[in-house]
Amino acid sequence: MSQILFEGTPEQMNELMACINANRGDKGALMPVLHEAQNIYGYLPAEVQTVIAEELNIPLAEVYGVATFYSQFSLNPKGKHKISICLGTACYVKGSDKILEAVEHELRISCGECTPDKKFSIDSCRCVGACGLAPVMIIDGEVYGKLSQKDVKGILDKYMQD
Amino acid sequence: MTVKELKKLAAEKADLINVRKIVREQAEKLAKNTGYRKQVLVCGGTGCTSSHSLQVIEQLEKSFKELKINDVLIVKTGCFGLCALGPIMIVYPEGAFYSQMTPEHAKTVAEKHLVKGGEVVKELLYKETVHADGSVIPFAEIPFYKHQMRIALRNCGVIAAESIEEAIAAGDYAALAKVLFEMTPDEVIAEIKASGLRGRGGAGFPTGLKWQFTKEAAGDKKYVCCNADEGDPGAFMDRSVLEGDPHCVLEAMAIAGYTVGAQEGYIYVRAEYPIAVERLNIAIEQARKHGLLGKNILGSGFDFDIHVRLGAGAFVCGEETALMASIEGHRGEPRPRPPFSAQCGVYKKPTVLNNVETWANVAPILLNGSKWFSSIGTEKSKGTKVFAVGGKINNVGLVEVPMGTPLKTIVYDIGGGIPNNKQFKAAQTGGPSGGCIPAKFIDIAMDFDNLVAIGSMMGSGGLIVMDEDTCMVDIAKFYLEFTADESCGKCTPCRIGTKRLLEILNKITEGNGEPEDLEKIKEIAEHMKSSSLCALGQSAPNPIISTMEHFGDEYRAHIYEKKCPAGVCKSLLNYYIEPDKCRGCTLCARNCPANAISGAVKSAHEIDLKKCIKCGQCIAHCKFNAIIKK
Repeated sequence: MSQILFEGTPEQMNELMACINANRGDKGALMPVLHEAQNIYGYLPAEVQTVIAEELNIPLAEVYGVATFYSQFSLNPKGKHKISICLGTACYVKGSDKILEAVEHELRISCGECTPDKKFSIDSCRCVGACGLAPVMIIDGEVYGKLSQKDVKGILDKYMQD
Repeated sequence: MTVKELKKLAAEKADLINVRKIVREQAEKLAKNTGYRKQVLVCGGTGCTSSHSLQVIEQLEKSFKELKINDVLIVKTGCFGLCALGPIMIVYPEGAFYSQMTPEHAKTVAEKHLVKGGEVVKELLYKETVHADGSVIPFAEIPFYKHQMRIALRNCGVIAAESIEEAIAAGDYAALAKVLFEMTPDEVIAEIKASGLRGRGGAGFPTGLKWQFTKEAAGDKKYVCCNADEGDPGAFMDRSVLEGDPHCVLEAMAIAGYTVGAQEGYIYVRAEYPIAVERLNIAIEQARKHGLLGKNILGSGFDFDIHVRLGAGAFVCGEETALMASIEGHRGEPRPRPPFSAQCGVYKKPTVLNNVETWANVAPILLNGSKWFSSIGTEKSKGTKVFAVGGKINNVGLVEVPMGTPLKTIVYDIGGGIPNNKQFKAAQTGGPSGGCIPAKFIDIAMDFDNLVAIGSMMGSGGLIVMDEDTCMVDIAKFYLEFTADESCGKCTPCRIGTKRLLEILNKITEGNGEPEDLEKIKEIAEHMKSSSLCALGQSAPNPIISTMEHFGDEYRAHIYEKKCPAGVCKSLLNYYIEPDKCRGCTLCARNCPANAISGAVKSAHEIDLKKCIKCGQCIAHCKFNAIIKK
């Protein structure tokens, strides 16, 4: 994947500092701060991790260690539309791997990647708990359930247009 | 608030809740006391909101305004359990069960049923609740609910999930009041021990003993933790409890705090559950405001408060020592035990950790007594268990049954059997740490010990049903991919073992399996079981060992005959077009990414097996079911 340069705004930095200040006294502050930082920036670039390390007085290596340990923290930016396909057991038994293949086929990228125009990124997830709708795909928080391969193109087309 | 105020509030709202719990005739009488002619309960759990139940509520509100209905209460509840039929809506006092609601359906129900003098709209009811003669059956009497016994889920789908008043009216915090003023910590422990309650998170450790060890441990500060890191894919009972009745968990944690001598608690919950997190935060805020958390709870002098900590997508954090490391803000890696968390847990202080469903059982035991609880279930597994039933089954959803209920009852009577008249092949329990129950054991009484005896485990209660189209080697591979991916990498047997097992399974499913592979699997599995640091590695081989034991012929078919009997493993299959079914519409040829399909318009097409990449696009597009794989 091509290296995408970090572009942070002063507003984002203010938000981050507010969050760090709110958590400063707490012994287990790192995880909540990383969650919030990812909400603010969409991912955890090295620059943001450095600020967190310095402000919370935690070695950068440890911040990086935690950020890379958990699958929800991302060091790479995500697309404008985040597609997530559930590969939990209930969805898998009902063919969610085929749904993933169809999405990959449509967008010509693999799971975990972002399209070159930064419009879409695909991830897999482990069970969102909507097993009654299996197999499911989530785009920007909107859940599409009881899918078949045929449905994929029509759904993606809606997002292609904007 | 004081205990008196708590009891007053509960009494004031009691009838509002009771209308939803009793038979129609009595409910109609009670409804008169509540100020509401009818109540409409709409599920606001993850399953139903995913299929747009919130729009159903919006439409109801809009219709009520237009029709000037102001004596019908709309209640946004937690999960009703029958997730396959969502969004679900129930109207009381008649108990009419509407399923698969859309905003248009809601409009119809408002206009025809909820207006004064309206009648139930039978066409929109769940079909099982309408008799052949057209009379309506209350939903509690349909097979899905009739065989259930709801203790942990007692308030899910009954109360408004974001209302502490309704929670109190339904009985939450009554046990806390009882414990704080009428019981000593030792009496609480004795009661929990006598009830026989065992941890519902997987290992089945006696809960009373856990509390006792933590109480007896020396320490200036102690913690109470709730494991809501429900990582087993396919299990969602903990989420439903948090979404439907978050106060029952807070109450039980406060009881444990009083019992073991802790003033602080943590709930560690998956970040993948945004609704559960939001409702927990709302509930904690409400409980603080009502003096049910914080300083001097109910005027007893006991202080207790709870913080929520979010996970970040690491399965291993369901393991207790990893979970505690994660609460402290570190990588979620387990550590060797002993010392056990009862002596050395969060921030190295004595800690009691229970799973959400275990917490949900605490208050009923203390209110109804250990005798009542231990009269339910089997000899060594008391009470009920919630199963998240999913996969190839009609009634996907949450099911709470007494321990010892036969699997057959769950699959056929409650679950409604297998779709499309397919054969039941196996049920998988315990997720990536568990094993499968083959069809020959369908009569097994589901409890902790029986499942272990046949090579599976209860786990957290995920129950995935599989039919004849499921390849058991592929399923074993699926779980190994999961554990290999989620292994934290700290200890060698798990880190390397999961990778090697996965390699062997890949080899077998790709048609390159050799007879000695089965022996290799057994050897690696033994090493992993005996020497991994935590339960993730110790139990990771279970899905393979159990499928090898019960479905050995499938493994042998893959290895010796290079065939996948269920028609799943791609490398062992070829795609064919049946000439008599093909109409020559060319749709498959146009959608084939490898240009492997040829044929003239309106005549049978053919697949070039050398070019075919087996992507399945042709099957997905064929309108005549003319393409088969074998």
